[in-house]
Amino acid sequence: MSPLHRCPPGPKLATLALAGTGLMFVTNPFAMLDFLALTLLGFHVAGFGGARIWRQIRPMLWMLAVLFLVQGGLAGWTLAALIVARLLTLMLLASLVTLTTRTEDLIATLERLLTPLAPLGVNPAKVGLAVSLALRFLPVIAEEAERVREAQAARGLGTHPLALILPLIVRVLKAAEEVAEAIEARSGHDDGPALSR
Amino acid sequence: MQPQVKWGNPMTVSSIAASSLRLQGAAGSPLPSLPAAATTIEISDVFHGFDGREVLRGLCVTLTQRRIGIVGANGSGKSTFARLLNGLLLPARGKVRIDGLDPARDLRAVRRKVGFVFQNPDTQIVLPTVEEDIAFGLKGHKSGAADRAAKVTEILDRFGLADLRQAPAHRLSGGQKQLLAIAGVLITAPDCIVFDEPTTLLDLRNARRVGQVIADLTQTAIVVTHDLPLLAGFDRVLVFDQGRIVADDEPGPALRAYVERMT
Amino acid sequence: MTAISTRDIVLIALFAALTAALALFPPITLPLIGVPITAQSMGPMLAGAVLGARRGALAMGLVVALVALGLPILSGGRGGLGVFAGPTVGFLLGWIPAAYVTGLLHELGWNKLTALRSFVFATLGGIVVLYGLGVPVLAVQAGLSLKAAALGSAPFIPGDLVKAALTAAVALSVKRAWPIIRARDIATA
Ligand SMILES: Nc1ncnc2c1ncn2[C@@H]1O[C@H](COP(=O)(O)OP(=O)(O)OP(=O)(O)O)[C@@H](O)[C@H]1O
Ligand SMILES: [Mg+2]
Repeated sequence: MSPLHRCPPGPKLATLALAGTGLMFVTNPFAMLDFLALTLLGFHVAGFGGARIWRQIRPMLWMLAVLFLVQGGLAGWTLAALIVARLLTLMLLASLVTLTTRTEDLIATLERLLTPLAPLGVNPAKVGLAVSLALRFLPVIAEEAERVREAQAARGLGTHPLALILPLIVRVLKAAEEVAEAIEARSGHDDGPALSR
Repeated sequence: MQPQVKWGNPMTVSSIAASSLRLQGAAGSPLPSLPAAATTIEISDVFHGFDGREVLRGLCVTLTQRRIGIVGANGSGKSTFARLLNGLLLPARGKVRIDGLDPARDLRAVRRKVGFVFQNPDTQIVLPTVEEDIAFGLKGHKSGAADRAAKVTEILDRFGLADLRQAPAHRLSGGQKQLLAIAGVLITAPDCIVFDEPTTLLDLRNARRVGQVIADLTQTAIVVTHDLPLLAGFDRVLVFDQGRIVADDEPGPALRAYVERMT
Repeated sequence: MTAISTRDIVLIALFAALTAALALFPPITLPLIGVPITAQSMGPMLAGAVLGARRGALAMGLVVALVALGLPILSGGRGGLGVFAGPTVGFLLGWIPAAYVTGLLHELGWNKLTALRSFVFATLGGIVVLYGLGVPVLAVQAGLSLKAAALGSAPFIPGDLVKAALTAAVALSVKRAWPIIRARDIATA
C-alpha cells in the first residue's frame, strides 16, 4: 500500500478541490505542464505504471482531441493547449484520488460531511446508501444499455432512440423493485413492505 | 419424465407427521453445529390478492422441518407465499407466525430470524465490491469493525471467494454472484433462509454448487424452485396450485403428484 | 413531508446511474446546426417525468454528488470537482430544479396526461428552467454578456426539444406500464 492509498480521503479530496479551483488561475501552458507532471508523479508514487495511466486517459482522448481542435481554431493553439492540459491534469488527479481511495471510505467521508445537515432532515446513512447503490448499478445499467442496443440492432430496428431508452427505463424500474426488496430483506429496516405500491 | 434423482423411501403422509414429530423430539439433543431447533412457521387461513385477484386462497400449514421445498406452476403463488415468511409482504387476511413472532408487529425480529435469497443475483447485490456487499447486512450491528472484518473473511473462505474480496461485484460470474448473495444473507446468522428460485439463472455446475451450499446449511432452508433435483434429500415438499397447497409430502410422492398434475 | 422509503432511495440511485450511463451513448450531430446532441441531458427530464418532483430532483442531486466525488460520468468523460469551476456548471446544477419542475408539473397534470402536455412540461422544466439558470452562470463564468451567452446556448435548444418529445413518449408509456408518480393536487403543491 502506497502512502497515497493510506492517506485518508479528507485531505485527498481537499487537494482535488483546491486543484480544481486553483488550476483555473494558471495561465501559462508550461506551468500547467508542471502540474500535469506532478500528477503523473502521483501515479508513480501510488505504484501505478504507464498502462494504468493510459487506461485513464484513453476514454477521454477523443474528447480532448476535439476540444483541442475547436479551441485551437477559435482561440489560438496556445490557449487550446492550456485548456486541454488543465482538463487532463484535473481528470487524472480525480482518477488518482478515486483509484487510491476505497469508495466505502469516500462514502464514509461524505456521510461525515453531511452529519451537520441532519437537523435539516438529511439522513447521512441514506445518502451513503444512495451513492453506493449508484456506484454498484452504474456498470450494470451501462451493460444493460449495450445489450438493449444489440437486441434492437438484431431485430433490425436500427437505433431509434425511443426503442433504446424505453426498454432500458422499464428494466431499471423493475430492477429497482427487486433491489428495494433485497435491501429490506437484508437490513431489517422496518419501513414496511417494499412491494406495497 | 421422471427427474433423475434419488428420492429416498416413499413415505405416507402419516409417516411424514411421525418424522416431523421425531425432529421436534430430537430438538433438545446433541448435534452441536445446528441451532437448538428448526424454525417453526405457522400459517393459518392466509389469503392474499393483488388488484382484486386472489393469489393465496386460505393456506393452512405448519412447517417445522429443516429442508422444505416448494414447487408449483408459474403464478401459483409460491413467491407470494415465500414473501410472507420474512415480512416482505403482510397477508391481507390470516395469521403468519415465525417462532411465535408476528411479522406485522415484530418485523425487525422476523427479518433477523429469516433471511431471503432471490432469483436474480444481480439485483440483490447492492454495494459495489464483494467485501462491502457481504458486510452490508452487518450495518447497524453493534459489533466492531475488526469483528465484522473477521466475519467477512470467514464467510469468503467458506464460499471460495477469498481472492475476490476487493473485486467489483459486476465482474463476478452468475454463479459467483449467487454465492455472494447467499453469503451476504448468511453473515447475519439467520435461523432460517428462504430461497426463491436460487438456481434458475445458473448453469448446471453453478446450480449444483448452490444446491450443495444449501444442503450444507445448518439453518432451516425453505426453497421455492422449478429445479426439481435440488429437492433431493429434502424433508418435505409442498405443491402449490392456484394459491392452494394441493400436495404436502416427502419429495418422492409430492413431486410425483406435481409431475402428474403438470402433464 | 413523508420520509424517503428504501424504494425511493433505490429509484433515486438507479436514475442517477442511468443518467450517468446515458453519457455512453454516442452523440448525434444535427444537420444544419452542427452541434452535438448528447443523450445525457435527457436525464433531468426523464427523472422528473418518471419519478416525480422530489425523487427526480434528488436523483439529479446525486448525479452532481457523484461528479463531485470525482467520477468521470458526464458526457465526454468529464467529472471531478474541476467541472464546478467550468463555464457550464450552471447547466449541471440546473439539472436539479429542471427535474423538480418537470416532475411537479407531471404530478399536477398526472390524471389527464397527454403526450403534448408531457412535452410542454418537459420543455418548461428541462429547457426553460435549465437555461434560465445555465445561461446567466455561463455569462458570469465566461465573462460574456447575457445576450452572447444566450446566443451561444441557443443552438442546443432544437436538440433539447427532441429530447423533450422523447421524454413525453417515455412518460406516457411508463405511466401505462409501470407508474411510479402519484397525482398531486394544486392545493398540496
Ligand atoms: N406485486 C404484485 N402486484 C400484482 N400482482 C402480483 C404481484 N406479485 C405477484 N402478483 C401476481 O400474483 C400471482 C402469483 O404470483 P407469484 O409470484 O406468487 O407466482 P409464483 O408461483 O412465484 O410463479 P413463478 O413460478 O412464475 O415464479 C401472479 O399472477 C402474479 O402476476
Ligand atoms: Mg416466483
